[in-house]
Amino acid sequence: MSLLNQTGSVIAMNVRSIPQRLWMSLATVGSIALVVAVLLGFLALANGFNQTLKGSGAPDVAIALRDGSAAELNSVISREQIDLLGQGPGVRAGPDGRPLISAELVLIVDGIKKSTDTKANMPLRGIGSNGLLVRPQAKITQGRMFTPGSNEIVVGAGLLREFSGFELGKTLRFGAQTWKVVGVFEAPGTVFESELWADAPVIQSLFKRGSTFQTARVGLTSPAAMPAFVKYVKDEQRLQLKAQSEQTYFADQAERSGLLIKYFGWPLGIIMAIGALAGALNTMYASVSSRAAEIATLRVIGFSGFSAFVGTMVEALVLSALGALVGVAICSVGFNGLSASTLGAGFTQVAFRLQIGPDIISQAVTLALIIGLIGGIFPGLRASRQRPLLALAT
Amino acid sequence: MSALIQLKNVKKTYKRGKESITIFDGLNLTIEQGDFVAIMGPSGSGKTTLLNLLGGTDRSDSGEINFDGERIDGYNEGQLAGWRARSVGFIFQFYNLMPVLNAAQNVELPLMLTKLSAGKRRANVETALKIVGLWDRAKHRPKELSGGQQQRVAIARAIVSDPKFLLCDEPTGDLDRNTANDILGTLQQLNQEMGKTIVMVTHDPEAARFAKRTLHLDKGVFAEVTQ
Repeated sequence: MSLLNQTGSVIAMNVRSIPQRLWMSLATVGSIALVVAVLLGFLALANGFNQTLKGSGAPDVAIALRDGSAAELNSVISREQIDLLGQGPGVRAGPDGRPLISAELVLIVDGIKKSTDTKANMPLRGIGSNGLLVRPQAKITQGRMFTPGSNEIVVGAGLLREFSGFELGKTLRFGAQTWKVVGVFEAPGTVFESELWADAPVIQSLFKRGSTFQTARVGLTSPAAMPAFVKYVKDEQRLQLKAQSEQTYFADQAERSGLLIKYFGWPLGIIMAIGALAGALNTMYASVSSRAAEIATLRVIGFSGFSAFVGTMVEALVLSALGALVGVAICSVGFNGLSASTLGAGFTQVAFRLQIGPDIISQAVTLALIIGLIGGIFPGLRASRQRPLLALAT
Repeated sequence: MSALIQLKNVKKTYKRGKESITIFDGLNLTIEQGDFVAIMGPSGSGKTTLLNLLGGTDRSDSGEINFDGERIDGYNEGQLAGWRARSVGFIFQFYNLMPVLNAAQNVELPLMLTKLSAGKRRANVETALKIVGLWDRAKHRPKELSGGQQQRVAIARAIVSDPKFLLCDEPTGDLDRNTANDILGTLQQLNQEMGKTIVMVTHDPEAARFAKRTLHLDKGVFAEVTQ
């Protein structure tokens, strides 16, 4: 009880004396806030990117690529292979009674990015009538779907946010051809929102792709049918393709690209944290030396060294918690939901929104508290070793 | 009268670099219950060292230090801290009040080391502040009080846990003559009416006159000046 009381008194005194070291304490809070904001920004970026890629894949849609291709761009699939895929086990029938397969091809075209006013790559995807059926989350929200056989195009809402010149009704030029934007589609939280869609046969003929495609998306009867279908594709000698669930495909891509952002964010956060730690140590040493006479007096009266240690630790933790709070607030107000785009796998832009969640907040706050903890330990030890002699020296 | 404090053959040496400086080499001192002793002496005579030994904030190299029948020279840091909290009230030259706490909170500090309830603590703080005549300033912070008032708060803090022994280090060294006399009068009152045993280190012969006897310390040896 007495230890609790005396420690409580010392903590209260330390915290109440923070205003006496206002500017120094504010600098510490500020530097920790900055660390938290930067780290949180990067983690929110990685988080948003991951969520977008992971949200893109359905568990009951298989994606088939040429064996050895990691991404759609370097894959080739022929009409014959697509017919063979339709004979696989567990393939769902489309409204026309035929296997639900969307044979697709992807080209890279240029667009002007709004944020930088520079050219950036984006995917122009050729899809067939089954394209929307294997993407139930995609909906035309403005205008209409393109008419098969025409030079019409629909744009993803994410792409519209990030790039200029794709508004409904606009006419575009890719290569020698002109295209008309007739619709806008939304597929919230998926990479498809960063794409342009047009009729696959039109793209094949205008871009001289013959009758080849790059990927086939195969609708299965249920996620449970996936292993048997994957095995069929692997074992069927005539196919020479590799199938996996769309969910796995995007999760793999998310991991690769997401890790890049994450591994850039953490080292930067930690380097900044070391800087903030130096500031915190400085502040806390200053706090201990400015209170040296007070600590010595308390020690003379009979207060323990432990209470001086805990008092200093708590002061450091309070400062770092304040810093964390400010950092999270800055990030939540400034970054959360902000849209961004970056190069995804396949060298095309993926638009996504920064997402701040409890998980990454707790990571950033933990880093802040570690700064506070280390910033408090050494000055705290100095405080606890303060001899009671001093105050009596005449 | 019985002895409250007894120092027997106390030795104390400090190391300064490679040199060792002997402060006390067989010091003997007895202070009776209810005594009020002023200790005077030139700088370097060992006053501060004596104060630290009497207050349990430093340890002797050898010899015995007894307090009220309790031998404290063998105590470790923690035991000494506990003994100080129970037995000694300290009064410093520069008051050493906590600037962020008001008068009542400052006075309450030693009670934080006891098991007293919050209500009992408040009652004791009120009594102590009334004894020094500052109950009406209970909510004032140190910077809102004069030097004399701050020293009174410090006295209230020293007596709030009702220790037998008050140790004063130049308690009027920072005060003008009139205020100093007021403070010394209060100490005298605590000695005479409440039976507190007081040891006061001072440079000021005027201050020493308030004590029952004065000891002169020179090069680690006492010469008594009886009043």
